[in-house]
Amino acid sequence: MYENRLAVVERFFYALMNKLILVTKNIIMDKTYYDPKDLRKFGKITEWSEELGTKFFDYYGQVFEEGELTAREKSLIALAVSHAVHCPYCIDAYTGDALKRGITKGEMMEAVHVAGAIQAGATLVHGVQMMNKVNKLEM
Amino acid sequence: MAVNTKTSLKKRDSDLANINKQMAILNGEPFSNGELPSFAKKIKDTTDQFPLRPKKLEIIQVNVGYMCNQVCAHCHVDAGPDRKEIMTRETMDKIVNVIKTTGAHTLDLTGGAPEMNPDFRYFVEQASAAGIKDFIVRSNLTIIRANPKYHDLPDFFKKHNIHVVSSMPHWTRGKTDTQRGDGVFDKSIKALQELNERGYGMPGSDLRLDLVYNPSGAYLPGDQASMEKDMKAALLEDFNIQFHNLFAITNLPIARFLDYLVASENYEDYMYALVDAYNPAAVENVMCTNTISISWDGWLYDCDFNQMLDLKIDNKIQHIDDYNEDLINNRKIQISQHCYGCTAGAGSSCQGVVA
Repeated sequence: MYENRLAVVERFFYALMNKLILVTKNIIMDKTYYDPKDLRKFGKITEWSEELGTKFFDYYGQVFEEGELTAREKSLIALAVSHAVHCPYCIDAYTGDALKRGITKGEMMEAVHVAGAIQAGATLVHGVQMMNKVNKLEM
Repeated sequence: MAVNTKTSLKKRDSDLANINKQMAILNGEPFSNGELPSFAKKIKDTTDQFPLRPKKLEIIQVNVGYMCNQVCAHCHVDAGPDRKEIMTRETMDKIVNVIKTTGAHTLDLTGGAPEMNPDFRYFVEQASAAGIKDFIVRSNLTIIRANPKYHDLPDFFKKHNIHVVSSMPHWTRGKTDTQRGDGVFDKSIKALQELNERGYGMPGSDLRLDLVYNPSGAYLPGDQASMEKDMKAALLEDFNIQFHNLFAITNLPIARFLDYLVASENYEDYMYALVDAYNPAAVENVMCTNTISISWDGWLYDCDFNQMLDLKIDNKIQHIDDYNEDLINNRKIQISQHCYGCTAGAGSSCQGVVA
């Protein structure tokens, strides 16, 4: 009886170990959609379409130059938008960019709240549509 | 990531207190496997500056010792109160003799905290009398408030027309104290106010006060002019403090900063960031081409960073005892992967950007 139980426990741990190895392998073998290292390869998109890629990067570079908005203000906007569009590469890049510019943690989080507030507002303002519909349908 | 900022690597007997271990990291992956090009290959492929050679000598930088009242997390010197390497008066006299005949226009004293060398004032008086156009002391500011014996330093600096260059990583308390230790911000602010009271850093004043900005983490400095504008506005508004220029200096992957990069698993990303930001235009004016660095014990180096990696100048003359400016100016500059730190973006030197 005791030996039987031991065999069950042994099989359980064996199965658990195999599962863990499989999960680890999947992580190691990059079976995820996002890899932080891919951000470094962004420039390579020009290799498959040089003209369009180059045009994009020229445009991108010019957008972030000092203009009527400062480069610092643009960096904070980019950080907020990165969160709104759920782009992990962009969050990575513009968090680093904000630190480089001496932007404080407080300023960064306020920018993210702006994105959050607009997203929440975008959802909630549709509540008016819901209210209109209810008011139309109800006697 | 929190780092041990209480003691030097040397005191901790850390692996990276061993220079060979630091060099092994700098020569290892991602360079050894060809993912990133070595600095030598990079400048060979992108400039006509290989091998890198000095131009006219303009700056003599003297490290008078590694002792410091602070243990900054990013320090490439691994300086701290526990470091005992201190320049003697005998070596100082030899340097004063060099100053009398040098073609260099700038003398730049650094450390550690140079003021902690017991013969610091003797050296300043002698060197000042020997005649040099621009005499810089890199003061960490807090030393002025550290002990009553240092309280008169602003007057001493003024008396000898010293150009004060001080570190101030950020205009907010949090970022400064994270990098340099608790209480550093408040002491630095008080010291800057005292320097301002003597006329240092004021508009139009000949008493030069420049600040140095180093990033407080694994990222590169932003645009120097923008940072200067932001820091000037914030220090003036919050503390009524003025200064002349801000030098944005990139942290080089050496000593405690390298230790931090490795421990926080930021090393590879940081080296990628440095190589990605490589600017061939910065190579031409990189500071080792116009500087000679002298260690506390009189050895000669291409820069203070090479000093900390013990890469002595590649010349038959390597010590102040045999100093000959013409001979040492004919040398190849010692380079390794840490040099990418001086060629990233607008470049970086002890005098700020170079490109």
